[in-house]
Amino acid sequence: MDVKLTINNTPITATPGQTILEVARQNGITIPTLCYHKDLSPVGSCRLCVVEVEKWRGQSAACTTPISEGMVVHTESPAIIQSRRLVLELLLQNYYDAGYAMGDRPQDNEFIHWVEHYRVTAPRQAQPRFAVNSDPNPVVWVDFNKCILCTRCVRACAEVQGRFVWGVAERGHQAQIVAGAGVPMLEARCESCGACVAYCPTGALDNRMSVGLGAADRKVLTTCTYCGVGCQLDLNVKDDVPGGRVFRVTSNPNAPVNGMHLCVKGRYGYDFIHHPDRVLRPRVRRYLLQGLPRPEHDRGEWVEVDWDTALGIAAEKLRQTREQHGPDSIGVLTSAKCLNEENYLMNKFARQVIGTNSIDHCARL
Amino acid sequence: MSNSMDDVANHAQALLIIGSNTTEQHPVFGSMLRQAVLRRGAKLVVADPRRIDITEFATLHLRHQPGTDVALINGLMHIIVQNGWEDKQFIAERTEGFEDFQQVIQEYDPERVSEITGVPVDDLVKAAEILSLNKPMAVMWAMGITQHIVGVRNVMDLANLQMLLGNMGVLGGGVNPLRGQNNVQGACDMGGLPNVYPGYQAVTSAEARQKFEAAWGVPLSDQIGLTVTEMIPAAGEGKVKALYILGEDPVMSDPDTNHIRHCLETCEFIVLQELFPSETSVYADVLLPGVSFAEKSGSFTNTERRVQIVRQAIQPLGEARPDWQITAELARRILQAGPRQAQDAPYASWDYTSTAEIMQEIAALTPIYAGVSHARLEAGERLQWPVKDGRHPGTPILHVGQFSRGKGRFMPIEHVPPAELPDDEYPMLLSTGRVLYHWHGGQMTRRAQGLLAIYSESLIELNPEDAQRLGLNGNRRVRVTSRRGSIVAQAWITDRVPPGMVYANFHFPESPANELTLAALDPVAKIPEYKVCAVKVESAT
Repeated sequence: MDVKLTINNTPITATPGQTILEVARQNGITIPTLCYHKDLSPVGSCRLCVVEVEKWRGQSAACTTPISEGMVVHTESPAIIQSRRLVLELLLQNYYDAGYAMGDRPQDNEFIHWVEHYRVTAPRQAQPRFAVNSDPNPVVWVDFNKCILCTRCVRACAEVQGRFVWGVAERGHQAQIVAGAGVPMLEARCESCGACVAYCPTGALDNRMSVGLGAADRKVLTTCTYCGVGCQLDLNVKDDVPGGRVFRVTSNPNAPVNGMHLCVKGRYGYDFIHHPDRVLRPRVRRYLLQGLPRPEHDRGEWVEVDWDTALGIAAEKLRQTREQHGPDSIGVLTSAKCLNEENYLMNKFARQVIGTNSIDHCARL
Repeated sequence: MSNSMDDVANHAQALLIIGSNTTEQHPVFGSMLRQAVLRRGAKLVVADPRRIDITEFATLHLRHQPGTDVALINGLMHIIVQNGWEDKQFIAERTEGFEDFQQVIQEYDPERVSEITGVPVDDLVKAAEILSLNKPMAVMWAMGITQHIVGVRNVMDLANLQMLLGNMGVLGGGVNPLRGQNNVQGACDMGGLPNVYPGYQAVTSAEARQKFEAAWGVPLSDQIGLTVTEMIPAAGEGKVKALYILGEDPVMSDPDTNHIRHCLETCEFIVLQELFPSETSVYADVLLPGVSFAEKSGSFTNTERRVQIVRQAIQPLGEARPDWQITAELARRILQAGPRQAQDAPYASWDYTSTAEIMQEIAALTPIYAGVSHARLEAGERLQWPVKDGRHPGTPILHVGQFSRGKGRFMPIEHVPPAELPDDEYPMLLSTGRVLYHWHGGQMTRRAQGLLAIYSESLIELNPEDAQRLGLNGNRRVRVTSRRGSIVAQAWITDRVPPGMVYANFHFPESPANELTLAALDPVAKIPEYKVCAVKVESAT
C-alpha cells in the first residue's frame, strides 16, 4: 500500500516505512542534514533537518520521522529557516577553524556548506577549546575544535568498521568525542581504517598525510592494489608536477564492493607510488655491456641504460637461452599485482614466444 | 568465491571462517562479516589455532591444532550425519559418491577427532549444530587452509561439508576462498599457471591447444610446466637457465630463503620487471622499471570473480613504462630475431595500442570472459565471470542448479599430519602469514610512511607461558631457529597464540619468516606448508 503525502505543496506517493527525509531526497527536494548519513543509523540529534508537518505540534526531524497517509510537510518555511539558522549559529559559536586546511576538501565540509547556504555568521569569534592535532595516530588527524558532535564518527566506527573506538564523554556543554576512555586512538584498538574521517562532515577528523596540501585537481576512481576484496577508491591527484602526483585517497560512495569503506592500506598505503626508491630508468649489469661472462657470484654493478639497450640485451639473452637449451629452460613468473591484460600477455609470452608452459605467479605463496 | 561478498554478508545465517584472518587480511570484507553478526545476529564459528580478532565476534571459537583441518571437518560431518542434519534431498539429487565418503567420516568419531585436534567434544557438537541448523551457511577460508601439504584435501573436505549441508548454489552459502592479492584471481584466470591457458583451458587438452595454436600461429607445448615452487629450485639445479619475473619477490615470499638465494644465484640470467630494487633484484641481470597501479589502465578481477576497471591517474614516473608495453616489446624483439616465427594468425601479433584491445583478444579466446570489455566496465556494468557474451549479465553465484561437472562428487578424505612437527630439538610450532598493516614481501607497505609508523618492525607472537619458560624477563628479543635458518625479532607476548606455537610474518627483510619455513609441498597444488614447521625459540640477548 502506497502512502500519499504532500511536500512543499507537491503531492507525492511513497512507500510505507520511509522517513520524510528519504522521500524528499527521492523526489529531488533538498533538506539539509549534518548528523544524518544514509549508511548510518539515524539519531536525529543535530536538528538541522527539521521540517513542519501541518497539524503537528512543533518541528520534526525529517531523518527520523516516518511518513504517514495525508501528511502535509513544509521544508523551507520562514520558521524552519529560522530554526536552522539558530542551530548553525549555536554550532558555529564553538567551531574554531585554525585555518591550516581551508583549501583541502572544501566540498566535503558539509557544516560550512550549510552555514554559507543560510548566511549564518558567528555572534562572536570562537575560541580554541582543544589542542589542534590532539591524537598521535600516524594517519588520522584529530582537531576537535572543528567537531560539532554529530557522532557520525562514533556510528561509522561501530556500524561500518565494527571496532567501537569512538564514544561521547561528559554531558551538555562539556560533551566531547573521545577514543576509548579518553586515550589515544591506537590504544583504544583503532585499526586506522579512516572510516571516521570519511564520514566526518567538518574535517575535525582528517587524513593526516594530506592535511594542508590543498584541493585535488582531479579525482580518479580506480581499484585498490592491495587485497582481493577489490575495493574502489578515488585517487586525488595534483597536477603541479609533470604527469601529476597522488597525494590523497578518498572514498567513492559508488564503489560496488565497499561503498565509503576502505581499510588502512587502501586509504593510507598509497605513498609508495612516489617513493624515491622507485626504479626510473632501466638497469643492466656492467658485464653485459662489456660483453663479458657473468662474474661467478656477485653479478657486478648496475649501469643505467636507455630502453633500447636494456630490451635488446634482455631479448637477445632470452632468445639465445631458448636456442641453446630449449624452451623449457626459461621460466616466466607473472604477477598477481598486475592487470588482467598484463597477465594475459605474460601467458602469451611464455607459450607463444618461448614455447613453454613454465609460467606461474605467487598464488601459492 | 562461489558466492559474492555482499550476498554472504546479507544472507548467510551461519558463517564458518577457517584458516582466514579475515579482519586483517581482507579488512573490508571482515568488517562486513562483523556487521552480519552485530546487525543480523548471524552465527559465526571461527576455526583457527590463533585467537585472531574476528573470534571476538564468534559464537564459538574452535582452537584446533595447526594441520588438523581434515580431522576437524570430518569430525563435524560425522556428527552431522549421526544426527541426520545432512540435506538428504541435495545429496540425492545433486551429488554422487556419498557412500564411499560416508565410510571415511564414520571413522572420525568425536573422541578421536578431539584427540587429534585438541578441540573439546562438546565444542565439536555445538559447532556441528550451529553450522547445520542455521541455513544457509557460508564457508570462508584463505591460506590457513591451503598452505599445507594437504591444502587440496582441506579444500575438497570443505566442499564435502557444503554439499552435505546443501549450501551450494544458494544465496548466503557456498565455498568462498578469499584471494590474497588484488589480482591473484585474474592472474589465474589469464593463464598465469603452468597447466592451463586463459579461462582454465587445459594445456594437455588437444582441443584447447589447437585453438591457441590457431589463434597465436605457433605450435604449443603439451607438457605441463613448472610451478613457482618447482621453477626456482630447478634454476638451482641448472635445469632452468633464465627467468623473466614480473613484479614478484621470491626471496621474500618463497619458502626456505637460503635455498632460494642459492637457486637465484645459480640461475644464469634473470630479467626482473619491478617498481623497486628488492631482495630479488640482487640476483637480477636486467632490471626493467614497470609502473604502479596508479600509472596504467586495465582491469583486476577480485575474489568474487568481479572484473573491475583500473584507471590511470598519473603519467608513468621517470622513464618507467606500463608493464604490458614492456612485455609486448620484448616479445616483438624475440620473435623478430627468430628462428621461432609466428604464422599469420588472428592473434599472432603483439602490436597493441591499449589494454582495451588486449581485453578484446582475451574475450575472444576465453569463454568465461567472452562478454567482458572495457566499454561495458566503463559504462558501469558490474560483471562477475562467467560472462558468456556481450549481453550476458555475469554470474554472481556459481553452481546454481548444477555443478560444472554435472553432479557434485563427494571425496573421501583422510587426515594426514604435517610434514614437520615439533620434536625434542625443535620443540615449538611456527605458523606464518601477514599482518593488517603490511603487504606480502613488504616492498610497497614498508615504503608507505603511515603504515610503517604504525607497524615498524616484525613482531613474533609468543604465548606468555612460553615467554615465562624462556625467561624473557624484560628482554623481549627472541631468536627463532628452524632446520633451515634463524631470525631475530621482537616478541609480542600475547595469548593470540596458544602455548607451544609462534607466529611470524614475512614483511621485513631484517627478520624474514621464510628463512625458517619448509619447502614441503602439497603433491597436487605444489603449495608450500607455510602454516606448520618446527622451530626452537630462545631469548636473544
